[in-house]
Amino acid sequence: MQSLTNRKKVVGKKEMTWVEKLYIPAILGGMRITLKHMFSKKTTISYPEQTREFSQIYRGMHVLKRDEKGAERCTACGLCAVACPAEAITMVAAERKKGEENLYREEKYAAVYEINMLRCIFCGDCEDACPKESIFLTDRIVPSDFERNEFVYGKDKLVETLENPIDISKRQTPEVLEFKKNKKLTHNR
Amino acid sequence: MFTPDLIFKIVLIVSIFAITLVIAMYSTYGERKIAAFMQDRLGPNRAGIFGILQPLADGVKMFMKEELIPDISNKVLFILGPCLAMTTALMTSAIIPWGSSINIGGTDFSLQITDLNIGVLYVFAVTSIGVYGIMIGGWASNNKYSLLGALRASSQMISYEIAMGLAIIALIMSTGTLSLKEISAAQSGFHWNIFVQPLGFLIFIICSFAETNRAPFDLPECETELIGGYHTEYSSMKLGFYLFAEYINMFIASAVISTLYFGGYNFPFMNDMGLSSNAVAILGVIFLFAKIFFFIFFFMWIRWTIPRFRYDQLMRLGWTVLIPLAIFNILLTGAIIFATNN
Repeated sequence: MQSLTNRKKVVGKKEMTWVEKLYIPAILGGMRITLKHMFSKKTTISYPEQTREFSQIYRGMHVLKRDEKGAERCTACGLCAVACPAEAITMVAAERKKGEENLYREEKYAAVYEINMLRCIFCGDCEDACPKESIFLTDRIVPSDFERNEFVYGKDKLVETLENPIDISKRQTPEVLEFKKNKKLTHNR
Repeated sequence: MFTPDLIFKIVLIVSIFAITLVIAMYSTYGERKIAAFMQDRLGPNRAGIFGILQPLADGVKMFMKEELIPDISNKVLFILGPCLAMTTALMTSAIIPWGSSINIGGTDFSLQITDLNIGVLYVFAVTSIGVYGIMIGGWASNNKYSLLGALRASSQMISYEIAMGLAIIALIMSTGTLSLKEISAAQSGFHWNIFVQPLGFLIFIICSFAETNRAPFDLPECETELIGGYHTEYSSMKLGFYLFAEYINMFIASAVISTLYFGGYNFPFMNDMGLSSNAVAILGVIFLFAKIFFFIFFFMWIRWTIPRFRYDQLMRLGWTVLIPLAIFNILLTGAIIFATNN
């Protein structure tokens, strides 16, 4: 086959010449390469101090958003749990009592909402499935831990706080906004 | 009883002991740093500034580890192994001339612990005993990996000692003495033995890689096939002793190479600069250590460049290449000496 790059090198079992059998030129060549690398730029990112720049639409730890008034958007419909290919999401629905209107946006809400971060594959299907624009994936990383059951994240870790709202606008790419305009899908009504 | 000479010797012994240990300690740090740099990484940089306290952290870790002695091992020999390895590693430094001599209050003090008139043979004797540390440790562990590692170590060290000895014979023929002090003194200025014995130097340095069990001849402890080799069963500070002895050996091997082939404490134009003899002696010590550090770096440089030999390749190189080459070197040296004397 014709080579497109001209980098192809034919390797044969030819007899080595006397100089090649000495191996010393080859060793010196190798030493030159390693010495060159000693002074080249290091690729390490010193993690806690420096962080690698994330993609705009990085899919990391989830967040459960609140609406403009600070009420939780989630209505415990369970579509995310159905969409989840890894079976990572479970929830328990409850009815909103009188006087809790500022806490929950609609009459039904999730009393318990758990994502098992060890099962989660961060595909983002839950975000696609959510009809209430409640769950989003963010550019935050799930931190490591010593116990397996610590990775089952409840509402305490997932719901954004009022003081510290999580920005998800980076994930609203033009394609996403275009998709949301399509009111034929129940999803966007 | 405490003559100034004796006091000076004691100070010298203690300081060389301390310097050896500190250099061996920081060689472990240097090894990791150099490995990292050659692989485009940063290396240990968390303990202290630039990770300078990393050897201390490693030492503390070693001490805190559980001390395990396998039930089926030979307990006396199991403990004796690392002790022997460490002792023999430290013994060689006694005969290396660290500098010419220093004049304090009208008396000359030699910067060498003892000047054996058969210094070169002493180096060989002690490094040969060093193989017992590995052999005994590997055998006493009663573990097949340890035993294989120990067997490899001993056969490798014995094979390469022959070529090393033959390389040294050529050097002794051209210098005419076995005393390291006289060999050093004869290389005054820039008359280094490397220019007289380039082939001998090449053989010697290859053999010293094998003698110190360093890559590319680190078969006794090759992780990929023998777990840890002879020290598989060792833990805690006994393992630390083995690892530490390897770095001391590397330091001593560098010192011996510098002394035999690279002029020891001599440096170019040492006698033409009009400095006092004490200043020259101190500069000489600095130059010797610079040479030693270069060779320690060289050992590490090779380790992170060349892959490990296969065992049959190692034996073939030792017996069918280096030994004939060393004998050829002796003949060549003899012919040249014969020709120049006539």
